[in-house]
Amino acid sequence: MTAPSALELERRAYRARRSRRSIWVSIASTLVFAALIWVGVVSTPGWHSVQQSFFDPGEAWRAVPSVLAGLWLNIRVLFASAACVLVLSILLAALRTLRGAVFFPLRAAVAIYTDLFRGLPLLIVLYLVGFGIPALGFFPRMPAGFWGTVALVITYTAYVSEVFRAGMEAVHPSQRLAARSLGLRYWQSLRLVVLPQALRKVTPALMNDFVSLQKDVGLISVLGAVDAVRAAQIQVSLNYNFTPYLVAGLCFVVLAVPMIRLTDWYSARLARREQMGSVV
Amino acid sequence: MSALLSLTGIRKSFGDHEVLAGIDLELAQHEVVALIGASGSGKSTLLRCVNLLERIDDGRIVLAGEDISDPRVDADGVRARIGVVFQHYNLFPHLSVIDNVTLAARHVHRMSKADATAKGLALLERIGLGAKARDYPDRLSGGQQQRVAIVRALVTDPALLLLDEITSALDPELVGEVLDLVRSLKEQGTTILMATHEMDFAREVADRVVFLDAGTIVEQGAPDAFFDHPEQERTKRFLTRLGARRR
Repeated sequence: MTAPSALELERRAYRARRSRRSIWVSIASTLVFAALIWVGVVSTPGWHSVQQSFFDPGEAWRAVPSVLAGLWLNIRVLFASAACVLVLSILLAALRTLRGAVFFPLRAAVAIYTDLFRGLPLLIVLYLVGFGIPALGFFPRMPAGFWGTVALVITYTAYVSEVFRAGMEAVHPSQRLAARSLGLRYWQSLRLVVLPQALRKVTPALMNDFVSLQKDVGLISVLGAVDAVRAAQIQVSLNYNFTPYLVAGLCFVVLAVPMIRLTDWYSARLARREQMGSVV
Repeated sequence: MSALLSLTGIRKSFGDHEVLAGIDLELAQHEVVALIGASGSGKSTLLRCVNLLERIDDGRIVLAGEDISDPRVDADGVRARIGVVFQHYNLFPHLSVIDNVTLAARHVHRMSKADATAKGLALLERIGLGAKARDYPDRLSGGQQQRVAIVRALVTDPALLLLDEITSALDPELVGEVLDLVRSLKEQGTTILMATHEMDFAREVADRVVFLDAGTIVEQGAPDAFFDHPEQERTKRFLTRLGARRR
């Protein structure tokens, strides 16, 4: 490789100067901003009592074991419902692509389902499923965590199946044409050609929904399941100190961060690939 | 003469626009027929009708003695016996070259993965793309992609090969390698129905040239006679416009 010309070296030096300068500016502005917020919050008249009831290190430490035990339930519910949502929503999305009059009732039923459960607040679905279904007396007694999972699956499948449907529609029709021209049957072309490409297109959106599910699993506490939020609530009621809630909240954040970072990384990679090395 | 493919009175409209206005055409075994005509003359639609990717409005399509336009016929089974190559290759971007080539063999013709791969690799070797078998389509040039698409259509030994303007989307310097492959297919006795804009190629490779205009067959004949002494006024005008009539 030949050495860069003097012109190029001067340009590189200029860019390096510019980027050093912007780093210093951003560090300074971050510090000033953080200091302003800190001073602003601490100087409020009620800060002392807020600090005592939300940021008590002793309370936090005492809450950790039970909150962590509860979090384990959240994690199990999270992965169980994510797996069910994935399978069911692919199935529903595929059903919605069916043409032909025979399938009209099926298509209509899926459409009504997705409309209904995307509109209905999750909390209400949780109450309906968690208190309504057991009251039927038809099913064997199940723990609250189970019904919470069912409610989450019902709500999230409605969202995620729409994501899949959009992904499948985004695969160019010529791909389906090529698959069918080879003699592949409808379901084969869906499974072997359309779905794998759709999955790639919607992965960032799916990861985002997973992050959202990650914190919504905390809502199963309203059914009485002793998850991280419920465990914190129990702890709070012992001393009337809200710090355990903060501990539970932090746990959820820590749980979500890896997935959030992964989503960002994956989206950035996709974007890089699509813009093919251009700078804008 | 028993025709491999026989079309009688094929009609097809899209809305009010009649694209095929009664087409009669026969292909013998091992025959190569070139469909020529301006854009919108119905060439591509005719090919898609033969492969049952479009439903015809009237007429009959008989393949090897079987009426495939009968709605009781299993369309997927018919498509499995006909190979199609599209203008824009339509390779599957999420599958490697070898998986593109063997998809139909494995899932339609139920060949074992090992057999399908062996056969696919042998075909890819023959067209000089054996080294690309594990690559993904976006790493290949347009000409290479189109050759892979041809191999994908051939790997299951179809009775009939349909080529839909397979060089139209290629850069000029890549056209040659694709046409060479078609030439060698003709030598092996493949029955081919192709829509093309390459007049020189049609003259060289086709046993018969069929000129379509406004959804009807205006004129057909052996290439030399067709290009050198066209009889119909419309044919003459078309060929003059293309500047293909000299020689």
